[in-house]
Amino acid sequence: MEKLSPRRRAYDRTMHVLLWLAGGVTCALLVFMIGYIFFRGVPNLTWPLLSGQTSYLKDTIGILPNIVNTLYIILVAMVIVLPIGVGAAIYLTEYATSHKLVSVIEFATESLAGIPSIIYGLVGMLIFVQFMNLQNGILAGGLTLVIMILPTIVRTTQESLKTVPQSYREGALALGSGKWHMVRTVVLPGAVDGIVTGCILAVGRIVGESAALLYTAGFGLVLNDFVSALHSSSATLTVALYIYANERGETAVAFAIATILMLMTLVINLAAVFAGRRLKKQ
Amino acid sequence: MDSILSVKDLNLWYGDHQALRSINVEIPANEITALIGPSGCGKSTFLKTLNRMNDLVPGVRITGEVNFQKRNIYDPAVDVTGLRRRIGMVFQKANPFPMSIYDNVAYGPRTYGVRSRAKLDEIVEKSLQAAAIWEEVKDRLKASALGLSGGQQQRLCIARALAVEPEVLLMDESTSALDPISTSKIEDLAVELKSKYTVVMVTHNMQQAARVSDKTAFFLLGEMVEFGGTEQMFSAPTDKRTEDYITGRFG
Amino acid sequence: MRTHFDEQLEQLHLELIRMGALCEDAISAAAKALLEQDAALADKAREAEEEIDRAESDVERLCLQLLLRQQPVAKDLREISSALKMISDLERIGDQAADIAELSGYVADASDTGRTHIGDMARATIAMVTDSVDSFVKRDLELARSVCAADDRVDALFEDVKREIIRLISTDSSKGELALDLLMVAKYFERIGDHATNVAEWVEYSLTGVHKINN
Repeated sequence: MEKLSPRRRAYDRTMHVLLWLAGGVTCALLVFMIGYIFFRGVPNLTWPLLSGQTSYLKDTIGILPNIVNTLYIILVAMVIVLPIGVGAAIYLTEYATSHKLVSVIEFATESLAGIPSIIYGLVGMLIFVQFMNLQNGILAGGLTLVIMILPTIVRTTQESLKTVPQSYREGALALGSGKWHMVRTVVLPGAVDGIVTGCILAVGRIVGESAALLYTAGFGLVLNDFVSALHSSSATLTVALYIYANERGETAVAFAIATILMLMTLVINLAAVFAGRRLKKQ
Repeated sequence: MDSILSVKDLNLWYGDHQALRSINVEIPANEITALIGPSGCGKSTFLKTLNRMNDLVPGVRITGEVNFQKRNIYDPAVDVTGLRRRIGMVFQKANPFPMSIYDNVAYGPRTYGVRSRAKLDEIVEKSLQAAAIWEEVKDRLKASALGLSGGQQQRLCIARALAVEPEVLLMDESTSALDPISTSKIEDLAVELKSKYTVVMVTHNMQQAARVSDKTAFFLLGEMVEFGGTEQMFSAPTDKRTEDYITGRFG
Repeated sequence: MRTHFDEQLEQLHLELIRMGALCEDAISAAAKALLEQDAALADKAREAEEEIDRAESDVERLCLQLLLRQQPVAKDLREISSALKMISDLERIGDQAADIAELSGYVADASDTGRTHIGDMARATIAMVTDSVDSFVKRDLELARSVCAADDRVDALFEDVKREIIRLISTDSSKGELALDLLMVAKYFERIGDHATNVAEWVEYSLTGVHKINN
């Protein structure tokens, strides 16, 4: 075998180093981001902050209402979006007979997924808050999020339904199973891992969303019970981060919230991976 | 001769393409009928008209009659799920559900409302025995069906089809993906089954048709060119086209 | 399509034609040896018989090979299975021709009348063998059927020969041995007729898929 010419070798080395650098920079940026947020945020994560409310009178800052609001809005959005999204996906893949209609709907959902979230916020404000007069609150915010994540849920569910082999459907139908029975007993169990993963990612999007909630869920920092929260202005964690950082200059609190959000995102992603694997195995 | 399925002037279109042309045939009960012919000749399509699996294909149109025990199965009043229970089907590729062996076999009976554990146990054992796979799986009924070999999976699918006690079993090239030993197991099984069931099988393997079937139907371009006793068909076919096809001098 | 198989079938056909021709040679040589008392022709018949035996085993090997490798059906199956059956009849014809040649020396002093009917039998059976082989060569169904009909005539001639031999024994009892030899020769011709009929029946089966005996 001939040896590589010195020129080729130098070229090869250079490219190797450049690519390594690109990878290195990416890694370094990530580590820096995470490290910096933890460095600034963790010291500020105090029990009073996590368990208290913000009060001008008592001059306290607490983010418990925001944590609770975040959970409320996840609950509201998911409870509404799941049946609609999964139902629509099942209809599109299992029942719809017109290929044209299906591809139009698929194109529409895909386009919706690409719209900037502030636009959802604007539309949500006009429709839910003003037109339907729901007022700022968890309900208006949740419904806005429903519109925003519905395409994601429909798409991921559709994709996982499509991975269920056609032969399973034929097998069930050939045994005299009715259509819905077939979907319930053979198709959905086969697609559940994808659906669950899609939901977890949707929850991730809800947790991270702020723009769509500014005009709909509102800025309220008060702790409410679930029912009254539906119709009263309630800031989620991300909105609270915006408020503390932008309007009140409480950078330390903002970093504490950022740390919590990062941890939540991490947990959600791990949950998605774990759930996917776990369900795939069965 | 008692015919269990009587097909009268059956035509089938996929959109504008006519896939079956006035098929007339009497399929005898408790015998094995083999459908042979080149790819795209309509034999699989014909098989699927017998339990209305073609209903699932968009744009399909059917005229004529398929009488199953004197009743036209294309009568609008016919309950298709009930029909498919009585006319079971085994596919080209084994398609066990991603469940346990037990649940696969119990799937059909459960669909029809059998809930009693004891009754299900009985059906599962009986069906697996009838499909000649009981001995191989009786110690791992709770294991996933996907862990079985291809031949075992196919016999499991036969067991699954038998669990709903059909009268007719349709086999769509059910051994084409299997090795010779698994193939002969399924062929033996088909021959055993015919004492209780009527078997209609599509096969690309002419030796297989000659080995196991009692009657053979030859399809070409959507027509049933010839139907008759298998021995007659393979020793002295009456139609030149059948002769050309089975002797390998087709086209 | 199936070019190699078709070539082998053609080869089988040619081998059978050759074997048929050998049988014709053997039997006409034997008949001539008998009627004209020619010892050289008798040898020729025996040689032909040995050649026929070799041809039989060649054809047999070819047929089994085709059955094994090509799994023939329909026309091909009929042709090959007919061939397998025909060759054993042809081989018997060869044997009997040789037997007749063997006996030709011993019936030298048969009277002319004694030989007349045997001569008729010889001609009739030679014609049957020729026709049965021809019907195979030309795939001629009518000819094959005429062979089967001709067998009746040979059977009738055999009856004539038998009566003649009985007369021979009753007029001159010293010719008992000759009479038996003549009877054997006649019987051989009669058997050859039967084998030729069998060959024709297999030709018919090969052409139509229907065999006389099966129906």
